[in-house]
Amino acid sequence: MTVAITEEAQHVIENVQTGDTIMVGGFGLIGSPLTLIDALTKRDASELTIISNNVGEAGKGLGILLQQGKLKKAVGSYFTSNREVAQWYNEGKLELELLPQGTFSEAIRAGGAGIGGFYTKTAVGTDLAKGKETKEIDGETYLLEKALKADVALVRAFKADTKGNLVYYKTARNFNPIMASAAKYVIAEVDEIVEEGELSPEEIVTPHLYVDAVIKSRLILTKDGVIERE
Amino acid sequence: MIAKRAAEELSPHSIVNLGIGIPTLVANYLDKDNYYLHTENGLLGVTSVEEEDIDPLLVNAGKLPVGEAVGASYFHSADSFAMIRGEHVDVAILGALQVDSNGLVANWAIPGKNIIGVGGAMDLLVGAKKIIITTNHVSKDGSPKLVDKCSYPITSNRKADVIITDMAVFKWKDDGYELTELIGDTTLNDVEGHTTAAYRINEQLLQKETK
Repeated sequence: MTVAITEEAQHVIENVQTGDTIMVGGFGLIGSPLTLIDALTKRDASELTIISNNVGEAGKGLGILLQQGKLKKAVGSYFTSNREVAQWYNEGKLELELLPQGTFSEAIRAGGAGIGGFYTKTAVGTDLAKGKETKEIDGETYLLEKALKADVALVRAFKADTKGNLVYYKTARNFNPIMASAAKYVIAEVDEIVEEGELSPEEIVTPHLYVDAVIKSRLILTKDGVIERE
Repeated sequence: MIAKRAAEELSPHSIVNLGIGIPTLVANYLDKDNYYLHTENGLLGVTSVEEEDIDPLLVNAGKLPVGEAVGASYFHSADSFAMIRGEHVDVAILGALQVDSNGLVANWAIPGKNIIGVGGAMDLLVGAKKIIITTNHVSKDGSPKLVDKCSYPITSNRKADVIITDMAVFKWKDDGYELTELIGDTTLNDVEGHTTAAYRINEQLLQKETK
């Protein structure tokens, strides 16, 4: 499989269809694929299920898709960062699935690794365990959690090579490498695209077999907020 | 004051995860050469950062700018929580809305409000080897936060090992909390008047205070 390398975010985002489940990397706006999200706001696809830690912030990042009414459901751990999420949820216009952050990230890793689900101690005995199967293992109670998978993943990396190998930058890594493993079609947005062989094989975090398309980032997060790259 | 006392609970060279709020302040009282701070968004080796060195892509779990210690490492979220659940983090210092007589902690949701965020609270409480709760002794309206039974949704079945408030220190021993220390000018009566959770008073403390 060869990776598609393009300047055109709008072109690759055509792979998102109405009704799709989309994974989107980022911890808030940190490590969030802002250029791809922007392209998705211009794409005529709705009824989307978004798997992302947050739904951006009010009117920012994925928050724009919410305002556009394109989201059917959100799966994540911390929707509190966008106050509009509660409003849409209370009006019955958005379904939510709330998972502890560790369960959320492990479910994505499992999804990418061909594991159907897993047992975890997290959330046992809490409101988030309601309706979930439990199991005693060696005298301890565990909760069954299902894996998460997606049709498309939008991830943010630091550099890609022309084969699609990815490396990340500081805490902008977060959910991106696991999401890159758990979707049928994976688009990576990066700061820099280098020639194959320029990244050390030892430093590559996401091997190219996971990646379908790479675009150069246009919208970047700086100290002064999100700006368009010169 | 609470943060300073919490810092004294930590053994040198331990791996520590600091929650949001008062726990974050604990970092100010730690010798950075002796502790390794873990943050669940993917960094072991959190340190403070000067204003001019702030990197918008280097933050802690509260999304506040941080620095990178010598010997630091980055990892993705699934690995980060594997470290937490897998008991590789020695201590988690967390805030709380309530802690009860059974040691249960409520720190993620308020009844009657939308429950739309949990973050890493449940994973930290279940997975860290030792749990230290740092909190004001009473809530803003003056009601006790150390209660007989949590009226807020609990975060885990796991008990908190130590509670440090602006009035006192409690440690879980055998089957309940023991009041081991009074902070500042606090008296045993003050604690009793602002606590509805069951607790015993440490023998030595009792002798000292009733002399």
